[in-house]
Amino acid sequence: MLSANMVELAYLVASVLIIFALKGLASPATARRGNAFGMLGMGIAALVTLQLDAVQNYAWIVAAIGVGGLIGGVVARKVPMTHMPQTVAFMHSLVGLAAVLIAVSAFYDPVAYGIANHAGGLYPASRIELFLGTFIGSITFTASLIAFGKLQGILSGKPLIFSGQHWLNLLLGIVMIGSGIMFCIDGSWAPFLLMLAVALVLGVLLIVPIGGADMPVIVSMLNSYSGWAAAGIGFTLGNNMLIVAGALVGSSGAILSYIMCKAMNRSLFNVLLGGFGGEAATASSSGGAIVERPVKSGAAEDAAFLISNARSVVIIPGYGLAVARAQHALKEMVDVLMKQGVDVKFAIHPVAGRMPGHMNVLLAEADVPYDIVFEMDEINSEFADTDVALVIGANDVVNPAAKSDPSSPIYGMPILEAARARHVIVIKRSLAAGYAGLDNDLFYMDQTMMLFADAKKACESIVQALD
Amino acid sequence: MNIDAVQNAAQAAQESTADPVIFSITVFVLAVIVGYHVVWNVTPALHTPLMSVTNAISSIIIVGALLAAGPVEMNLATVLGLIAVGLASVNIFGGFMVTQRMLSMFKKRT
Repeated sequence: MLSANMVELAYLVASVLIIFALKGLASPATARRGNAFGMLGMGIAALVTLQLDAVQNYAWIVAAIGVGGLIGGVVARKVPMTHMPQTVAFMHSLVGLAAVLIAVSAFYDPVAYGIANHAGGLYPASRIELFLGTFIGSITFTASLIAFGKLQGILSGKPLIFSGQHWLNLLLGIVMIGSGIMFCIDGSWAPFLLMLAVALVLGVLLIVPIGGADMPVIVSMLNSYSGWAAAGIGFTLGNNMLIVAGALVGSSGAILSYIMCKAMNRSLFNVLLGGFGGEAATASSSGGAIVERPVKSGAAEDAAFLISNARSVVIIPGYGLAVARAQHALKEMVDVLMKQGVDVKFAIHPVAGRMPGHMNVLLAEADVPYDIVFEMDEINSEFADTDVALVIGANDVVNPAAKSDPSSPIYGMPILEAARARHVIVIKRSLAAGYAGLDNDLFYMDQTMMLFADAKKACESIVQALD
Repeated sequence: MNIDAVQNAAQAAQESTADPVIFSITVFVLAVIVGYHVVWNVTPALHTPLMSVTNAISSIIIVGALLAAGPVEMNLATVLGLIAVGLASVNIFGGFMVTQRMLSMFKKRT
């Protein structure tokens, strides 16, 4: 067995490797090497822990790792890229559940962790840490399960709202913290279990009022929570490795949540209150004041004619592209256009898709090279010089009202400025409102042509017309 | 030197070494700052792999699970620990492998 000092040094090496894993993600060119560093770091941390004197139950442990590893490996190979958001949400719930199990185990048998006082109970400081680890883990567990259900379509993606919802959550929050404090004072099972049960319920209630398209924020936030849960357990066990890794993940998720909120011009608080989308949609449909406005619609042949005669085309994909599984058909169209000498670029809004960066992965899966895919800030200045902006399955992220109409609920949200291109083609199944429940002026502009079709069929027809 | 003085000196020495929790907090705060700077440098195109890899990394919780599962004699604590080892393993293997799969899709123009 390694000396205690060697163990700590090995954990330090593992921590540094994990930092390099995140650092590698600064560019697709270094990311794979970074991921290898991450695996190495995780391997070192696990092996060093396995050789500790306290760990003797090898047969069972190897079996548990084998079963878990096999399941994880199969999921990683099989899962379609369109299902990444729910996969990640599900995995967050596993981290949360593992944190809860470890916390209960540590409370049941503190001697095994070396955190017991002379009487075999917990020190007050350990109780506080255990309280934090348990409640964050529990909320992560159930909240992630609900997020998974909504993303997978098992549960309705619509916000579930009832009166007194926020008061109920507040009350439960107070009960949870109150019983947590009770536990910190007397260290008994009753308040611990009450705190655990309330936290599990609270995790469910916090997510049910949040709509499907706000999930990028929620998945990022739960990513952050899973990190804090790991760090909380690290405090309980006095283990720096857990604290470092947990803190890295926690801050990563927090930054992603911030980026997502900013891209929707909403505060995290506003997202968490929930109900967005549901209310706005009913307001506009019951309003009855919608005036029929003329739109120009065209066939796939018209669209093909426009883009094959263009010098430059910017494609704006949205979640509708993923729903229609049109990315491969779209890539075929791009290939034909590039062969004809058209300059094709992609423009990605930060909240396109159901998780941060989702659209980039879907395009990469369809073999779209990453150096023709641009972020909003990189490409917005180019629209004025673009012949055709091709919007596929996106709506709110190209709505000019966000810039021009102070009364619009999405006013101030940064958008892709497709309206400034010479021609705009919008592929959409109908004129139905987007997530925010708003009409989109872009559809009625003079230079806009609507192509009413399923995204996949539309791309295939355009390819046929181009040949 | 009488015994009282020796005891006082020992006590003073003990008080001058900080509580281990303070070291934990130090490590925690510094790691949050490192994380903040490293993650802001991640290109937005790789935010999905970032989430799947951080998901694998948060399964470092397996270190705690292994300690819980460690003792040979089985009781509630060990069984819960073993389940946690299994859950964390799903995430570690699943998280790193799916990240690798995604990253291998990102190619430059040929």
